[in-house]
Amino acid sequence: MDVGERLTDQNFPESPEKATLEGKNKFLGFWLFLGGETVLFATLFGTYLGLRNSFGKGPEASEIFQLPMVFAATIILLTSSLTSVYAVLALKENRVKQMRRWFFITLLLGLSFLGLEIYEFVEYVHEGHTFTSGAFGSAFYTLVGFHGGHVLFGCLWITALLVRNSGRGLTLYNAPKYYLFALYWHFVDVVWVFIFTVVYLMGKVG
Amino acid sequence: MSNAHAANKSVLWDWLTTVDHKKIGILYLVSGGFFFLVGGLEAVLIRIQLMNPEMTFLTGNLYNQVLTMHGTTMIFLAAMPIIFGFMNAVVPLQIGARDVAFPFVNSLGFWLFFFGGILLNLSWFLGGAPDAGWTAYAPLSTTSTGHGVDFYVLGLQIAGAGTLMGGINFLVTIINMRAPGMTFMRMPLFTWTAFVTSGLILFAFPALTIGLFLLMFERVFEANFFDANMGGNAIIWEHIFWIFGHPEVYILILPAFGIISEVVATFSRKRLFGYSAMVFATVLIGFLGFMVWAHHMFTVGLGPVANSIFAVATMAIAIPTGVKIFNWVFTMWGGKIRFTTANLFSVGFIPTFVMGGVTGVMLAVAPADYQYHDSYFVVAHFHYVIVGGLILGLFSGLYYWYPRMFGLMLNEALGKWNFWTFFIGFHLTFFPQHFLGLMGMPRRYFTYPEEFGLGSLNFISTIGAVFMTVGTIIFIINVVVTHAKGKKVSGDPWDGRTLEWAIPNPTPHYNFLQTPLVRGLDALWIEKMAGNKKMTPAEPVGDIHMPNNSVLPLFMSIGFFIAGFGFIYYSSAGAPALIAIIVGLGIGLACMFLRSWIDDHGHHLHKEDLLKEDKGVDA
Repeated sequence: MDVGERLTDQNFPESPEKATLEGKNKFLGFWLFLGGETVLFATLFGTYLGLRNSFGKGPEASEIFQLPMVFAATIILLTSSLTSVYAVLALKENRVKQMRRWFFITLLLGLSFLGLEIYEFVEYVHEGHTFTSGAFGSAFYTLVGFHGGHVLFGCLWITALLVRNSGRGLTLYNAPKYYLFALYWHFVDVVWVFIFTVVYLMGKVG
Repeated sequence: MSNAHAANKSVLWDWLTTVDHKKIGILYLVSGGFFFLVGGLEAVLIRIQLMNPEMTFLTGNLYNQVLTMHGTTMIFLAAMPIIFGFMNAVVPLQIGARDVAFPFVNSLGFWLFFFGGILLNLSWFLGGAPDAGWTAYAPLSTTSTGHGVDFYVLGLQIAGAGTLMGGINFLVTIINMRAPGMTFMRMPLFTWTAFVTSGLILFAFPALTIGLFLLMFERVFEANFFDANMGGNAIIWEHIFWIFGHPEVYILILPAFGIISEVVATFSRKRLFGYSAMVFATVLIGFLGFMVWAHHMFTVGLGPVANSIFAVATMAIAIPTGVKIFNWVFTMWGGKIRFTTANLFSVGFIPTFVMGGVTGVMLAVAPADYQYHDSYFVVAHFHYVIVGGLILGLFSGLYYWYPRMFGLMLNEALGKWNFWTFFIGFHLTFFPQHFLGLMGMPRRYFTYPEEFGLGSLNFISTIGAVFMTVGTIIFIINVVVTHAKGKKVSGDPWDGRTLEWAIPNPTPHYNFLQTPLVRGLDALWIEKMAGNKKMTPAEPVGDIHMPNNSVLPLFMSIGFFIAGFGFIYYSSAGAPALIAIIVGLGIGLACMFLRSWIDDHGHHLHKEDLLKEDKGVDA
């Protein structure tokens, strides 16, 4: 069977994302990449932990963090992880329409999260908490901004995938692509859980 | 079909767009070799300046630049790429694969390294090179004037991204692409070391990525990570740098261990002694390599508990390393040894590396380190392990695999001249530096007064550097002579033991017509002992699926190269630099987008053509 051929319910393999050697390679390679990404964020977290009480000329963390808004952002992002799980479930059963719908909702949630984050950053800048106001500011915007950059990249990625494959069914060629996006999205979510804990909760009470 | 297709296009275009691991291996080797010569020239300039007391050949800031670029070039642009060259050229063949797992990413990794290296070296022509040492400690690096350190940051960022991709690629290749029967414990030791090194790259390089980002933000966008006045902490840089930097030295030395293991076994006509202990030692070194970074920071003042823990962990690495040394010696014991040039370099490596290891354990003793720290004793130590270890290993690998990579045999007589001049020159250069360090000569100083009595040992050291230069020039002559009138060799000139010698010369671009069936360690040797002329195939001759060439990796790297320039000049040039950043990142992202957008299913080589071609090779 050609990898570009549309899969039918009759020849649909158990795991279309791992049915070819290329798919298997991508699957493993992406897990390893996420391992590297873990070190990347661990380094950022380490730096942040070392500098989180060095406010310099800026305000203190407990003065500026607004937990309700951050909580809303957290719920939005966690929900987007759930919707991407639904998308992958649909992918595994060759329900293309549902899969694309769930990924589209994931994208919308990702964009809302980004919107909230930008709003939050603008607020902070007004209150004097900027990238250059002190070591805390630099570490905060670098860590949270790197995460935001990952969300932005994920949004661009799933947009490109959805547009490119509109009107096309699942193939052994595009199934791994969808699947890897979902993996990436979960990873970005997990990082946010740590940011919520280490940056916001510890900033409020630590 | 694809051969006829490729022949229509120019040779240059083929090399710019290739995704063939064998060609990418040669690209890595040639570019790494070029940067090795650049870094070597810088070393010679340093030795000329230090030849006599109070020389004025190369002073002050210019000396700092040469010194910084010598270290940075040798580690990131010479040693790493040459290692990747061998990994590309050899690993897929040793495991019986037709290519690496991600041929496109392989090409991208090379071009990113290449443009990162070019970007870094352009600093020489654009207002001065980085001058804060290869370790770029803050706040020296954050307050260094001019754009030198910006070139360091962006050049290494781009080259480092390429390295990280290479690491992931080889991990997946080795895990997923092994031929039938090639279990993990049947893999040749070079493949094992490539595997562990790739794992170290995966977990060490992201730390450097972040370190460089922080340094860039600090210099270009006025962040305050390392500025104590704004609450920053310069020690953070040291931790991040060495969390990357110490695994990096094992990233460098492990593949050399692999090369030595292959060469010593082949030229002793014996199976490697203690194979499973060697594998275990390799993995253990890789594991411990992540727990010793603070031994670079004993004098920072982390306290006696931290220093003790890191001291003990560091000394523990001597145990698996010692296992390796003994295994090489026992492999030779009772073997039918041939002292080819490749084997000379390997045998020369063993005692040299032991000396570097011994000074390593001395340095690991934290209280004693307060005396050695930042002296020429340290310089002598790391040159013993990196030149005496890695570079001798790389020369050994070059002489050993040259017939496989280029189909030609390097001249053995010139090779022996190469070995002896380089080997004697090496010890002459660096052995006296131990004593210079103990006499109190600090590293990185550009001169010393006459009455300190450091003159004669420094003079000897410089004579040694001349010998090493002569050795390197003999090697270049050897390459030229070999390509001018070298004799073509068969696919198995050394009576090899592993799969890379099981295929004809020149290597077909699909490597194996039929995937071989591996029946044990030293797969080819087993077939030879069983009286078989060829490997037993694991599959009938059939169509072979191959990846398509692509120019996107080249353009993507050029995009990031342009963006790199923008970031370097952003703090002084403003708007034009911003345009460069936007255009460069735009090109990079557009190439990524195109890669995702254009369906690329590769192509098939047809059975009939393959059989015709195969007959042609045999006749």
